[in-house]
Amino acid sequence: MTLLEFSRGPMLHFALFVFVFAVLWRLISTFMLGWRKRKSEWRTTSGSSAVKGAIAVGNRSWPHPEFLERTAFGEAVGYGYHIGLFAIILLGAPHVIFWKNLFGISATWWPTIPSGIIHVISVVTIFLLLIATIRRYMHPPLRRISNFDDWFTLVILFGLMISGVMAVFGLGGRYEIILAVHIISFNVLLIWFPFSKLMHAFYILPARFFIGYTHAKKGAST
Amino acid sequence: MSIDNRKERPTIGQIMDENGVGRRRFLKYCAGITALMAMPPGMTAAFAQQLRAARRPTIIYMPFQECTGCLESLTRSFAPSLESLMFETISLDYNHTLQAAAGDAAEEARHEAMEEAWGEYILICDGSIPTKMDGIYGTSAGHSFTDQLHEAAEGAAAIVAVGVCASFGGVGAAYPNPTGAVGVSEIIKDKPIINVPGCPPIPEVMTGTLVSFLASGVPDLDNNLRPKAFFGNTIHDRCYRRRFYDRGLFAESFDDEGARNGWCLYKLGCRGPTTYNACATIKWNGGTSWPVEAGHGCLGCSEPEFWDQGGFYEPVTSKLFNDTGQIAAGAAAGVAVGAAAAVAANRRKKKLSGTADKETSS
Repeated sequence: MTLLEFSRGPMLHFALFVFVFAVLWRLISTFMLGWRKRKSEWRTTSGSSAVKGAIAVGNRSWPHPEFLERTAFGEAVGYGYHIGLFAIILLGAPHVIFWKNLFGISATWWPTIPSGIIHVISVVTIFLLLIATIRRYMHPPLRRISNFDDWFTLVILFGLMISGVMAVFGLGGRYEIILAVHIISFNVLLIWFPFSKLMHAFYILPARFFIGYTHAKKGAST
Repeated sequence: MSIDNRKERPTIGQIMDENGVGRRRFLKYCAGITALMAMPPGMTAAFAQQLRAARRPTIIYMPFQECTGCLESLTRSFAPSLESLMFETISLDYNHTLQAAAGDAAEEARHEAMEEAWGEYILICDGSIPTKMDGIYGTSAGHSFTDQLHEAAEGAAAIVAVGVCASFGGVGAAYPNPTGAVGVSEIIKDKPIINVPGCPPIPEVMTGTLVSFLASGVPDLDNNLRPKAFFGNTIHDRCYRRRFYDRGLFAESFDDEGARNGWCLYKLGCRGPTTYNACATIKWNGGTSWPVEAGHGCLGCSEPEFWDQGGFYEPVTSKLFNDTGQIAAGAAAGVAVGAAAAVAANRRKKKLSGTADKETSS
């Protein structure tokens, strides 16, 4: 069995199993915890609280005006590499083909971005990720709240991104080896995902919603 | 055969002269070969000199678990070419498909040829070698292919494995590999082995490899023992449709607008990105065309285990498993474990809040 076969075969199979099992485990165990029992009367109806919750999702996804000057750079870099990653993963032709094959769908409507543009986005995204990493290391509070979880995730992401770019540009050796390393990096990411801060991908929007929702309900109505 | 007798064999230069091949044509051929093998232009004259001086080699061609497609490819050149003439200059002393002799006479001829050129002949192997049950799945003249290979390899100067079956096991070794088929290099470990894979291999690659061996010995080989000169680049790297891949233009089906426009066949399962061969540059049928030019993706036939790399019409990044039941079971288990964890946490929360209430009231 070649390395590429291993990465596309048993390892991908195992990684998907772990990912699906652990993500559902964590999500279900969190969402089934329910609400804290409140003894006071709620301030608003559930409907209007839900609207407030949805507004909070938007508000909290945007830098607070008061701190904009201090946080703008970090936010811009963060948004930049997140958007880059999404564009590459969801709109890069080889990735779209991969997803379609994995989910067994034809989805002819699924658009792709021309490779040349994806190449530019990839290089820019790596650059932004590098800035974010340096900033995490240089910024004292960020450094203090960073742990193995953050650094290991960054190592995987760099491995994934750099091997992808190398495969596309034919750098660093034989294509099938680089491609295998790329897919193995993805598999490691899948396995690591549910046990790491990467779970923010699933938690971030519900968490913001629930904060907005409960804030709307709490307190006196007058 | 004694050393003196061997010296009596005509040189390739003499055979070329007898066939009326002029110096210019011969040098042109040598320049082509050296260019293909990425040798510097200055090497052409030395290469031609060495090749002219080389003695007519003895070839023992052993077919094993094969379909004769490789031999068909080698012998049915589209038009008489210098390549085919070069192929004819070798002394093909044994090939039981081509020779008139059969049965014991054929085996005697083989043994005689081997003894005469012991230690100097080139052994060409075609087809995979079955190894299960002591190799009983493949026998000839009362001997298993494994034994015949060992016997023929013992006196060979080098072995050339022709086709993907002889190189890596090919279709015979495809899952579940009922005969335990393997390539020559899995069995013979003490001889120089050159793999010329393909299903079938390109005739020019075959003759080029032989000529290169005659002129300068075993060429530079890659990890899979393939001559780097012919197998150093991927099909994708040299493909004329590569520009469409780079622009993100893909054929979605074999009869859509993309296919008619000659766009990249990546989405239709082309294995060009992971396949090392010279099809895109040398082409087939005297340089007429090749599979991708004819509108079909590369099957990856010069790669090990190419039959087991998923469907031929699935991209090279596609998953290599069909069983999704285990992942579904994983999802069900995740939901169950998550629910159980939440129930346990809620119970603990209730218990703790009950204790707190009691403490408050007391």
